[in-house]
Amino acid sequence: MHLTLLAFDWVLLLEKAVLILIIISVSLLVAMYETWGERKVAAFMQDRRGPNRAGPGGVFQPLADGLKLFMKEEIIPLSSSRFLFVLGPGLAMLTAMMTSAVVPWSSHFHLWGRDISMQIADVNIGILYIFGVVSMGVYGIMIGGWASNNKFSLLAAIRGASQIISYELAMGLSIIALLMITGSLSLKTIVEQQQVGHYYVLLQPLGFLIFLICAFAECNRTPFDLSEAENELNFGYHQEYSSMKLGFYLFAEYVNMFISSAVMATLYWGGYDIPFVNDASLVQSMGQNPVAILQVVSLFVKIVIFIFFFMWVRWTIPRFRYDQLMRLGWKVLIPLALFNMLATGAFILWRG
Amino acid sequence: MQPLTSRAKAVDRKPMNLWERMYIPAIAKGMSITFGHMFKKKPTVNYPEKKRPFSPVFRGLHVLNRDEQGRERCTACGLCAVACPAEAITMEAAERLPGEENLYREEKYAAKYEINMLRCIFCGLCEEACPKDAIYLSETFAPSNYTRKGFIYGKEELLIPDPVTQPEEFAKAKGQRH
Repeated sequence: MHLTLLAFDWVLLLEKAVLILIIISVSLLVAMYETWGERKVAAFMQDRRGPNRAGPGGVFQPLADGLKLFMKEEIIPLSSSRFLFVLGPGLAMLTAMMTSAVVPWSSHFHLWGRDISMQIADVNIGILYIFGVVSMGVYGIMIGGWASNNKFSLLAAIRGASQIISYELAMGLSIIALLMITGSLSLKTIVEQQQVGHYYVLLQPLGFLIFLICAFAECNRTPFDLSEAENELNFGYHQEYSSMKLGFYLFAEYVNMFISSAVMATLYWGGYDIPFVNDASLVQSMGQNPVAILQVVSLFVKIVIFIFFFMWVRWTIPRFRYDQLMRLGWKVLIPLALFNMLATGAFILWRG
Repeated sequence: MQPLTSRAKAVDRKPMNLWERMYIPAIAKGMSITFGHMFKKKPTVNYPEKKRPFSPVFRGLHVLNRDEQGRERCTACGLCAVACPAEAITMEAAERLPGEENLYREEKYAAKYEINMLRCIFCGLCEEACPKDAIYLSETFAPSNYTRKGFIYGKEELLIPDPVTQPEEFAKAKGQRH
């Protein structure tokens, strides 16, 4: 017993704990500044200036917003289901953060004679894990909407749940075509394959488009933000929430956006691979650690571009009607994804 | 039917063809429009740092004028209060006592002179009504305040600085005007 405990790699545990701490704080920081970025992008697209009072260019605006949310009165409606009401936003936040565990943020650092991997868990079923966690995200919305004991919240939650479930199908099918090429479910392996060969967006343009549209739907972002259609449902599933519980829901949406951008960049755009450069030869000339830092930067640039794209779409395209949403999901995206899957399979068979 | 304007355009109700039903080109077009707007000049003026220049005939906050020797011009005749369509002006007259000739130009003066800036519609009729050149509308507007009381301007707020005893303040308030 003692021997097995001693044989356990305690430094690895420490290493992972520090990595988890860093990744969670970075995703929260990114989510914070996404709110600022969203308001700035929205403003610029509408010929406005956006927040510019708090600090230079309004960079302290998210702090002010956060402080405001913390200062608000915390209201739990009497008719609500108290435990579930508190559980809802927590679950939304938890599932949003959990996805980041399998994303490789960089190759690895070489410090103190150890290779420190920049991935919390290199599980060989990474994509399945992501799917599992993302589909749990619907519980956050559903439980929150149901526990509020409010017709509009429940309606919004049902809308959100049905939308996420329908788009998950097309998303899964579009991923299957990708997996037929990669032959692996591990995100790390997928990135390493792209470092050597082409980015998979070149081989799977249709699959990427379907995945992108489904990612919008999964994040409940415009044009698929039916669950918070404020003109129809007052405020959506978080109508009864106030203070930081509301903040958690709003934050979870932005964390989701960050993580889905990271997943999209990893699956289709080479992840932490530095574009137009052979990373292996760069390691030869610069050493492992500088290249690892450059790779983090490269991944973050890709993520920021995707996040900008999310915002860009939000401030351009109006919201779908419910029947249009369902028609797009079931009658367009699923057949397209199936076709993409068959075409990819046929192509692989033809090439031998 | 005769179109009402030259820009009238009949609504096209033809069913969409395959290219249009793909929506992607239309979305791309819309997104290029929003992206183009990111680099457009913003019409917003950053107010406290930058102020929009007013025209010389701008009608802003009132000032009570003094003559060259720094004496108040207002004689509390009440013509401005009568002319005021919003009934924003009230005043109380008082008689000039011996020895106050350096303070007031005429024998009668306004002991109390108040303008309610919340009632005022800044029409400038008081300025036109005044026979003594005592009231003018300046190129500033009323700053925000927490209470209604703060918008009732008395003589302390309205009177311009004395050019004889407070020459620096007078020059500053006068600014580029002549």
